[in-house]
Amino acid sequence: MRRALPEALLAAMLTAVLAVPIFGLRIHVDGIDVSLDRTLTPVVVAVVIVFLLRLFQGPLRAVWTRTRPPAAWRNPLADVLRRTRQQPRYRALLWMLLLIAAVIWPFTASRGAVDVMTLALIYVMLGLGLNIVVGFAGLLVLGYAAFYAVGAYTYALLAQHYGLSFWLSLPVAGVLAALTGFLLGLPVLRLRGDYLAIVTLGFGEITRLLLNNLNVLTGGPDGIGNIPRPTLFGLEFGRRASEGNATFHEFFDIDYSGEHAVIFLYLLGLALVVLILFVINRLQRMPLGRAWEALREDEIACRSLGLNPTVIKLSALTLSAAFAGLAGAFFAARQGYINPESFTFIESAMVLAIVVLGGMGSQLGVMLAAIAITALPELAREFNEYRMLAFGLVMVLMMIWRPQGLVPATRPRLELPERAEPTP
Amino acid sequence: MSGSPLLEFIQQTINGLTLGSIYALIAIGYTMVYGIIGMINFAHGEIYMIGAYVGLLVITVLGLFGVDSISLILLATLAVSILVTGSYGWAVERLAYRPLRGSPRLVPLISAIGVSIFLQNYVQLGQGARDVSMQPVLVGGWRFGPEDGFQVYLSYMQVLIALITVVSMTVLTLFISRSRMGRACRACSQDRAMANLLGIDTDRVIALTFVLGAALAAVAGVLVSMYYGLVNPFIGFIAGLKAFTAAVLGGIGSIPGAMLGGVVLGLAESFASAYLRTEYKDVVAFALLIGVLLVRPSGLLGRPDVEKV
Repeated sequence: MRRALPEALLAAMLTAVLAVPIFGLRIHVDGIDVSLDRTLTPVVVAVVIVFLLRLFQGPLRAVWTRTRPPAAWRNPLADVLRRTRQQPRYRALLWMLLLIAAVIWPFTASRGAVDVMTLALIYVMLGLGLNIVVGFAGLLVLGYAAFYAVGAYTYALLAQHYGLSFWLSLPVAGVLAALTGFLLGLPVLRLRGDYLAIVTLGFGEITRLLLNNLNVLTGGPDGIGNIPRPTLFGLEFGRRASEGNATFHEFFDIDYSGEHAVIFLYLLGLALVVLILFVINRLQRMPLGRAWEALREDEIACRSLGLNPTVIKLSALTLSAAFAGLAGAFFAARQGYINPESFTFIESAMVLAIVVLGGMGSQLGVMLAAIAITALPELAREFNEYRMLAFGLVMVLMMIWRPQGLVPATRPRLELPERAEPTP
Repeated sequence: MSGSPLLEFIQQTINGLTLGSIYALIAIGYTMVYGIIGMINFAHGEIYMIGAYVGLLVITVLGLFGVDSISLILLATLAVSILVTGSYGWAVERLAYRPLRGSPRLVPLISAIGVSIFLQNYVQLGQGARDVSMQPVLVGGWRFGPEDGFQVYLSYMQVLIALITVVSMTVLTLFISRSRMGRACRACSQDRAMANLLGIDTDRVIALTFVLGAALAAVAGVLVSMYYGLVNPFIGFIAGLKAFTAAVLGGIGSIPGAMLGGVVLGLAESFASAYLRTEYKDVVAFALLIGVLLVRPSGLLGRPDVEKV
């Protein structure tokens, strides 16, 4: 306690130094008149809180450790969930139930909710894609939105200039995005993984700059509009079909409803998510997928076992970029209009936040986090202003307290028969 | 762009050196942190941005009190900005990086990008997202060249930037090469575990590295806010990227390398915006980064990165 007072004073002073120039004083520019706004209340509150917390740090910590439940029964639900997920049979059943629920759900929900969920599905795709590089291969990619943009602009431009349909453009978008990832990774991935983070950060910024400035090709800041919606085997979802086409409601002889298009887009997104999940799950069990995770754990050991780290890292980045491309094409089809503003660093940061929050390498976690992060701003509008602030904070706090994420990835392992544990 | 090509070239060299000084100052923060704990401190660009804001704030406050002596403004601004920004450097290291020491490589990187996003939005919340501008403090300069043709313009501010950069670099070099703490820094960058065994408080050395880097970033921030007179919460992002490029260019982990890399990058960018299109000057910096990584990943003055088991 005797040492606590000077330390608390020091901490309070430091807080004041940190907070006064940013929150206490605000430069107010009005024409050529410059004045200062003083708002010292929040600063004083922050300083007092820091002072008290630091002063009573010892007692508070003691209370915290005493009230924490013992580890044995910390979370029974999570325990059950974990055990279910490890049994292959229940695991398959769990996923099937989830899928069936996801297919039935849009027919019961409101149009707005389905629309939001479609957006959430795009983030699920992006999250799953980024999870390959960040979660499995352990490489940080900070410009993921660039690959997303490549996919979106590929579809938009192909549709605009060559009249290509969504179904033809989708694979092209995936392949082009994959190619971008491959070419970007080629020079960088020979080196230590850290460089990839900064190079992709730069690449994301450059992509946005190019989209903004190559007016002839991309329409600059105005973007590209009138992107056609996807069709179901050539059936359109509009009220009236364009020339030479039939509409969905005429073909099946039912009344026109705007909901058809919304539900179709949702189901299409769901199908893409299932496809991506399928590919990842298969790959994860193949030597390649095993190599991703092995490389993340110990690169030197991998190299001494004859694995080529560059090729393995490159494959992870390429695949991840391909999925971002698919998500981008789907995004363009859903919006019908794209511009560079949709592909800023904020977007990349949001996808990274999804992966970190859900748990690196955990597919279920990433999907839940994607849905939560997309739905949250819809539920609480005022949250939007603090969204990025919260994302930054969440990333730091998660790394300190729970780097494995909210729903940690389960590793296949052998369960030994349970023995009665000695009670501590 | 008429007139003598030689004079035009000289002008771009002057501009490039000015820009390069700023990059070099920021790049040192990246290179020192990387040299000692092998981590890219993504929040460093934001630290620089905070330095620029504090600089602007102090100049405004002094202006309201009617202080108009250049040297006084400069000294006060630098002192306050270094104090505040250094505190930020220390606090970020203490709160966001120190708890993660010894975890897998990816973990501190994600934490760093989290800090960067947090600080950017925190300043935006406190100071608003719009540009804040102010009247230039130091105006005027020298002109050279023919009366009727293209004249080379060297402003007092550019001279001041070069001067302060050289002084800061000299002080830093002396500190690293002569002082006890500097020797500890060099020991840590060679072998941290061994330095620790020999009784060096490595945590203190790491904290010092962050504070030193932040102080130099503060100097860069103050100079930029005096040079351009314009600050917004997003300047740290691109400046950080450029400075990191400079650090890689010169050889990451090497302090003289960061200085050289900054100057080379500044020159390249200045020539690119003069002889190509201005919008593409960021693209040039990025292309340079990729090029260096392709051809000479250890940079101009760096040693090749050998990983030991």
